[in-house]
Amino acid sequence: MNAKRSYAILLFLSANHALRAEKVLLDSGIACKLIPVPKDISSECGICVRILKTETQKSVAELTNHKLLVTKCINI
Amino acid sequence: MTNLIKKIYFDNAATSWPKPDCVVQAVTDFTQNIGSNPGRSGHSASVKSGRIVYAARESIARLFNFADPLRVIFTSNITEALNLALKGLLKSGDHVITSSMEHNSMMRPMRQLEKHGIEMTVVNCEQNGCLDPADLSRSVKSTTKMIALNHASNVTGTLLPIHEVGKICTDYGLLFLVDTAQTAGAFPIDMEEDHIDLLAFTGHKSLYGLSGTGGLIIGDRVDVENFLPLKEGGTGSRSEEEFQPIFLPDKFESGTLNFTGLAALNASVNWVRDTGIENIRRHETELTKHLLSGLKSIPKIKLYGPINENFQTATVSFNLNNLLPSETGLILDEKFNILCRIGLHCAPAAHKTVGTFPTGTVRFGLGYFNSKAEINQAIKALEAIS
Ligand SMILES: Cc1ncc(COP(=O)(O)O)c(C=O)c1O
Repeated sequence: MNAKRSYAILLFLSANHALRAEKVLLDSGIACKLIPVPKDISSECGICVRILKTETQKSVAELTNHKLLVTKCINI
Repeated sequence: MTNLIKKIYFDNAATSWPKPDCVVQAVTDFTQNIGSNPGRSGHSASVKSGRIVYAARESIARLFNFADPLRVIFTSNITEALNLALKGLLKSGDHVITSSMEHNSMMRPMRQLEKHGIEMTVVNCEQNGCLDPADLSRSVKSTTKMIALNHASNVTGTLLPIHEVGKICTDYGLLFLVDTAQTAGAFPIDMEEDHIDLLAFTGHKSLYGLSGTGGLIIGDRVDVENFLPLKEGGTGSRSEEEFQPIFLPDKFESGTLNFTGLAALNASVNWVRDTGIENIRRHETELTKHLLSGLKSIPKIKLYGPINENFQTATVSFNLNNLLPSETGLILDEKFNILCRIGLHCAPAAHKTVGTFPTGTVRFGLGYFNSKAEINQAIKALEAIS
């Protein structure tokens, strides 16, 4: 339980989508955080959503339900 | 002299004043504490700004009972939103139907499109501005793509039957574009129940936000792929590409948004929701009834429109028999500190329908912050002038 948490990040088409994703996840009780996209992943200075790796499937399902396209999902 | 008399603001149909305190507060908070460009950077202030703009999208979507906030496109006002819908969707050979009560922000882009092979039919309304939906149905033909109407006239306040027209659009498979400039926030509007495909709104009137905000909500039935933006440019997304993104809202939102204005709009729409559209409407209906009965008691006044608070917004047009609208307006302003709008109100077709072209009318545009006492004062002033 106290083991180091591992995270995944979800990337979207745009910041607008990432902002909606944050709201959708929080509304469905999934903890998440908006963070800048790590430099080694994209040249975009945009934002992405960080979640617990264990919640990846659930998160993607919830977002798809809300017509949000996850363009990339990367474990970090 | 006039400074001693408290200002009476009866020009809410042009823009609402005053604004709720929370709107002013939202602008101050945003400017002092956040002030970053949303969606352009990854730093915390940009994210905060982005959250506020997103919250504004959500508030707007919720107000009109629409599920997807990403299909709320922000523009600088409703004029831009109507231009976007009309010019982005109508192609040469298409036919579009509108009414004779429209504002020039609907008429002029359509007249421009006419020069490019789009056919337009203007369905005549009655002299009080009312529209018979059957007249619209009769104008539908095989090339008809869209019906575009205002929800209420900015000249007479006449409400148009958007719910019935929405049904006609569904039956014939037409797109339905609604100009809600005079009604958003003051009347319940439901994109689903009213079968609206394209809902255009402006932030600074009955939504009680600031000028420089507005937008278009794009319903699910609209073919977004074949919908051209008015402008292309930076969106903060897909910066590696030189072509415009195809996803919403980015496709239609190039250039830095009026984010301070959107912070205000978020606050104002929440204020509308918390105050309750039913309560706003009830208060405005009472004021309109009071104003109409006061005006009717002055023999030299001629009233236009439905002259019935249940069939109109809180906007009332009239003329004093012996005076030009400009003369009445000037006396009201200079002698009584009553501010209203006179003339043609950017809606020549509506004035032709009503029979007040080219001189126009005096227009009192009431709002939620007006009172019966102010109306009493205005009636007294008009009695004195007449
Ligand atoms: C019915 C109607 N449509 C459109 C507009 C244009 O609004 P805006 O100037 O905010 O674009 C107005 C207001 O002037 C209006 O009353």
